[in-house]
Amino acid sequence: MNASAPIKHTQAESDLLERFDSAKEGLSGSVAVKALREAALGQIRDRGLPHRRVEEYKYSDLRAYMKSAAPLAGAADEAAARSLIETQDGFGDLDRYRIVVANGSYLAALSDVEALASEGVTLTSVAEALAGEMGTKLVAAPKTGPSDGVIALNTAFLQGGVVITVKSGVEVSKPVELVQVATAKGAQSVRNRVELGEGAKLRLLETFVGDTGEGELNTVFDYELADKSALAATRLIVSKTDAAQLFTTIATIGAEAELKSLGFIAGPQFSRNQQFINFTGENSEAKIYGVTMAGGKSLADQTLIVDHAVPHCNSREFFKTVLDGEAKGVYQGRINVAQHAQKTDGEMMTQALLLSEDAEMANKPELEIFADDVLCAHGATSGQIDEDLLFYLRARGIPEDEAKTLLVLAFLSEAIEEYGEDDVTEGLEARVRDWLADH
Amino acid sequence: MLEIKNLHARIAEDETEILRGIDLTINAGEVHAIMGPNGSGKSTLSYILAGKDDYEVTEGEILFNGENLLEMEPDERAAAGLFLAFQYPIEIPGVATMEFLKTAMNAQRKARGEDTLSIPDFMKRVKEAAGHLNVSMDMLKRPLNVGFSGGEKKRAEILQMSLLEPKLCVLDETDSGLDIDALRIVSEGVNKLRGPDRAMVVITHYQRLLDHIVPDVVHVLSKGRIVKTGDKDLALELEKNGYADYIDTAA
Ligand SMILES: Nc1ncnc2c1ncn2[C@@H]1O[C@H](COP(=O)(O)OP(=O)(O)OP(=O)(O)O)[C@@H](O)[C@H]1O
Ligand SMILES: [Mg+2]
Repeated sequence: MNASAPIKHTQAESDLLERFDSAKEGLSGSVAVKALREAALGQIRDRGLPHRRVEEYKYSDLRAYMKSAAPLAGAADEAAARSLIETQDGFGDLDRYRIVVANGSYLAALSDVEALASEGVTLTSVAEALAGEMGTKLVAAPKTGPSDGVIALNTAFLQGGVVITVKSGVEVSKPVELVQVATAKGAQSVRNRVELGEGAKLRLLETFVGDTGEGELNTVFDYELADKSALAATRLIVSKTDAAQLFTTIATIGAEAELKSLGFIAGPQFSRNQQFINFTGENSEAKIYGVTMAGGKSLADQTLIVDHAVPHCNSREFFKTVLDGEAKGVYQGRINVAQHAQKTDGEMMTQALLLSEDAEMANKPELEIFADDVLCAHGATSGQIDEDLLFYLRARGIPEDEAKTLLVLAFLSEAIEEYGEDDVTEGLEARVRDWLADH
Repeated sequence: MLEIKNLHARIAEDETEILRGIDLTINAGEVHAIMGPNGSGKSTLSYILAGKDDYEVTEGEILFNGENLLEMEPDERAAAGLFLAFQYPIEIPGVATMEFLKTAMNAQRKARGEDTLSIPDFMKRVKEAAGHLNVSMDMLKRPLNVGFSGGEKKRAEILQMSLLEPKLCVLDETDSGLDIDALRIVSEGVNKLRGPDRAMVVITHYQRLLDHIVPDVVHVLSKGRIVKTGDKDLALELEKNGYADYIDTAA
């Protein structure tokens, strides 16, 4: 792209530039962080929001989608946050710890700070850390390529978030829910970091409650897995909102470590869950799952790049998508295997079920392999509900809608079950049923 | 219970005529056997009864307890008491067998305005029926029919039938794939359901099954028509002489 030719800004881009001018005094950060913010904004100013002529955003034109950009959300009301969390909890009696990020900032008062500390987990406010030495480390997004537009947007407006640090050797006894809350309308730009010490184990549940109105929700998760550690992260992008839902994972996986994640999308008008997975140590594994449901005229995008830079690592990617109405599903998955990354085992599968004629799935699995001794495979399928299966169920007295629900659930459950985090399975299946009841 | 009058049907896709004027009346309490060469239309008839939309009825009508069966959806037919044990039961990955049984039983109960079964009541019924049919609880923990052997699938069909307690049971070659012991067990299961309020249509190629499930009437179906009707001795005669006599008269 030619940076010297100034672009004509869309309404949303003009709003963003204005938002920055009015917000920048209040946005925290050291001098270096402020410079990174300016540079990130410069990228938006020069290139605009990511659009369809940027290869990675070919199917998901954020620039065309965002008609305007609301200001950032103001500080959260604690009582309102508490009541939202209590009334909109989707995991019933799941025993868990909770960490709250409300309107873009870590809210210690509603987080299980002491209980987590006693297990060896410390929580740090990102907003505070940005002012200190850690600031630039938090903001710099290495290994994602220089110029991802969604990350640039996140950096420019970064409000806060939380750093979750699990001490070496600690296996956190209960799942930890990191719930993002919107008590007031307005955009949120959040960065969370999860640091697992050597041998540490954590089960993380990432959820959202509330309503950001017209403001986009832009959250970046930075997972750093030391040797022999294990992280299972379940991400829910579930809401009936017009606000763009932008989620990014940047993961760095040490040796003999395991990352498992499930990105679960249901309902938003425009969503993108993008993940950049990097192996830095040998004999490690990444298992990345996706469950997507989209209806109406919505778009749901699951994008990931797995970088096998070192030998002897396995990755498994398994994505399931159900589309209805005129919805569009996107799966872009790339496995890169560097020349010396021998004995890599990569297996990628994406399957879509189309419930209507006008729904559309863009499946783009890719392998880029420079090593010669590897086992890599990919597959993509797209189809309708099997009429014979439907007939069998109906012939047993199950009405058509219920039979379809059973079959869709069966289709999606394959990924949920292989992901295998049993304590969230029921909650996820309930969300699938909710979605189906609406479609 | 069932009245089929001058039924003509074709394959919806390519309009090939398969059934060419079937007349058949089955009263409550009766067991009818249908025999006939491969491709004569036996399964087609059973699918049309169950409501599969691959077929198009071009002439004739079917009354089920006085109601126009052809106007009912497949699930309504099931709730009204019609059950088809499939010749080839299909595997449904991801749908747990128990969940399926519970959903089916409760859906039918709901359609008939009855209460939902309690979990203990449901479990009791399943355990009892599975016990009679020698179906292991382990099999029931798997997804529906997935990885079941041919014989296991057939037994699972009869298990479903026992639990759903239909009024009209249509068994399409339930005997094929069953070993000798399983044939006896399944037949006992079927005979248990025989009663004055229930009727059965048993499609088979072999006299052997009819030794266990003794029919009141035997029909020969050939090229989409019933070409001969008799009593149980007709099956014995067919076993000895084959279909040659009847196919010729039909041609
Ligand atoms: N959906 C279909 N599409 C194409 N042909 C069909 C279809 N269903 C049935 N047929 C054809 O109709 C004819 C009758 O088939 P049907 O399965 O009813 O026979 P059958 O009497 O049950 O045979 P068998 O004893 O082998 O089970 C066959 O020639 C078959 O190929
Ligand atoms: Mg047949």
